[in-house]
Amino acid sequence: MPHFHARVQVSLRPSVLDPAGEATRAAAGRLGVAGVTRLRIGKAIEVEIEAPDQATAQQQLELLSERLLANPVIENWTLDLIETA
Amino acid sequence: MTIGIVVFPGSNCDRDVRWALEGCLGVPTRFLWHEERDLQGLEAVVLPGGFSYGDYLRCGAIARFAPVLEEVRRFASEGGPVLGICNGFQVLTELGLLPGALTRNIGLHFVCEPTPLEVRPGACRWLGGYQSGEEIALPIAHGEGRYQVQEDQLRQLEDNGQVVLRYKANPNGSMGDVAGLCNPRGNVLGLMPHPERACEHLTGGEDGRRLLASLLG
Repeated sequence: MPHFHARVQVSLRPSVLDPAGEATRAAAGRLGVAGVTRLRIGKAIEVEIEAPDQATAQQQLELLSERLLANPVIENWTLDLIETA
Repeated sequence: MTIGIVVFPGSNCDRDVRWALEGCLGVPTRFLWHEERDLQGLEAVVLPGGFSYGDYLRCGAIARFAPVLEEVRRFASEGGPVLGICNGFQVLTELGLLPGALTRNIGLHFVCEPTPLEVRPGACRWLGGYQSGEEIALPIAHGEGRYQVQEDQLRQLEDNGQVVLRYKANPNGSMGDVAGLCNPRGNVLGLMPHPERACEHLTGGEDGRRLLASLLG
């Protein structure tokens, strides 16, 4: 069965306040890194999956991203998929 | 003598530490707001437990840049006694005053219970009141207390006698059963258990009393 590697990037929707990102942006200034105008914290999720073909893997990962990894009410997600073996 | 207690936004054990020091031991304290820089007249500094800056990014990662900690770092480098409890321990590792990192408990649960510990005081100024090999019980209350460090660094810490507190029944997956670490000089101690919650029988024991009293000489 072919193996696939996927990276799912989950980010907050632009309209959602990100207090953790704002606190981190403030800390950047304290570190001495000036000029950071925007900092948003998301998640990068690595997934290894076996599937009969790429289309099936894509479909399974979309389901996973939409229903489990991200909450579409407050988050957007993107999916990068490569076949590894 | 006066002991400084750092207060970050999100600290929640600052008043417990004050109660333990003032109410139980009669030692005056002064709260240090995270934006303060004046440590004048303080004999020691405590970083209390809680969730500094909401523990955003990583526990202690943002607190590390608080103005007061620049002064605490200088204070420690001059040999001043610094104690980091729970979140305070996490801050000390992020600050680089102690090596390693504290990560999510292996069982993923927040663990809140008394836990038996073995004390190996070595050169640690905060633990002078305990016998080497003594077993004590202190409460723990954390979700991210699993100590991690490179294997060779852990061996070095053990060889140096810096692993001063060990879990007798590892509750969180910490490498080497590490519950508390001291710097080589003996003035900086970080520990996950809460000695300030064990200073009177009413709150479940007095095993933490000697730790906080150690500076009274």
